[in-house]
Amino acid sequence: MARGERPLSPHLQVYRPQITSVLSISHRASGVFLAAASLLLIYWLLAAASGPEAYAAAQGFFGHWLLRLVLIAASFGFFYHLCNGIRHLCWDAGWGYEIRQVIVSGWTVIIASLVLTLGFWLLVAA
Amino acid sequence: MAQFRLPANSRISRGKHHPAPEGAKNTRRFAVYRYSPEAGENPRVDTYEVDLDSCGPMVLDALIKIKNDIDSTLTFRRSCREGICGSCAMNIDGTNTLACTQAIEDVKGEVKVYPLPHMPVIKDLVPDLTNFYAQYASIKPWLQAKTPPPPDGERLQSREDQAKINEPSACILCACCSTACPSYWWNGDRYLGPAVLLAAYRWLVDSRDEAAGERLDQLEDPFRLYRCHTIMNCTRTCPKGLNPAKAIGEIKKMMAERRH
Repeated sequence: MARGERPLSPHLQVYRPQITSVLSISHRASGVFLAAASLLLIYWLLAAASGPEAYAAAQGFFGHWLLRLVLIAASFGFFYHLCNGIRHLCWDAGWGYEIRQVIVSGWTVIIASLVLTLGFWLLVAA
Repeated sequence: MAQFRLPANSRISRGKHHPAPEGAKNTRRFAVYRYSPEAGENPRVDTYEVDLDSCGPMVLDALIKIKNDIDSTLTFRRSCREGICGSCAMNIDGTNTLACTQAIEDVKGEVKVYPLPHMPVIKDLVPDLTNFYAQYASIKPWLQAKTPPPPDGERLQSREDQAKINEPSACILCACCSTACPSYWWNGDRYLGPAVLLAAYRWLVDSRDEAAGERLDQLEDPFRLYRCHTIMNCTRTCPKGLNPAKAIGEIKKMMAERRH
């Protein structure tokens, strides 16, 4: 039988999600999401540069609860991407490859990005 | 480009159920991936109720018992049954490991057994490792030295130099790590994968080897080395407790350092 006809064994369908792979795909997803969300930032800056009316319209737009949710998600994405990016820098420097360190640094990143998001909205954006 | 769904000929259907023998008190259900190239059918998952009171402690013992007592058509690789040959590498309970060192009692509930992920399946739990072995050969896994050995003996190493290659030399090439790596799933044709890169590292840090420059040249490629995104599934799953991700990180550092 030709090799091309052989079935492919299951992969994503059966492989257990775990902190290694979940944080890795989250890093990529948050990067993609932030790239899309940067359009909102551009709109806000353009509005600020275009005059008081445009800026007021933008502020009204961002005041909507749905946009608030998007901004909260974007800020969490930003802090997660930042913290996990630092984790990647450590790996690139050769630190933190033992599995116990990977698990501890992974949970640290999750908790730190939650705390930073909460702090950002309580202190800065409120 | 990553193909997340299984191709049409690879989607899995529900297979046969083999009930426990009468009178068995301590049974465990095994769900095992089955595929026969002769049948002309898609793969399926058969379930077997295995009497643990007459079975050895490891998943491999259960597979052997299934083959001996229940269904002789079940096909899998095995040899040493003590975690040193790497033949019985497979996906058990969602992660890759050796069936011979995976205790049944450490798996909760139904024991799900699949072949190593994202590989062409020859039959049942037997994947085609041709590409994996070809990639291993491509890194020239042997000592390369222009300097001849001393006429009166072997090429000696210090204890410190030997210590550098102790761990990477312990790799048994079972392919658990490479087939746990999503990057290897999506780009296994061009990315070498953790097992082969660990082997490359083993020769790069060998004090007797004199081909480090050529070895790094060969790895300096967007795919062969740099498809590693430090996901760490490899190290997480290695049944020998080795650290291919760290070895790959060290190779990346060598690449960066030799540019300056």
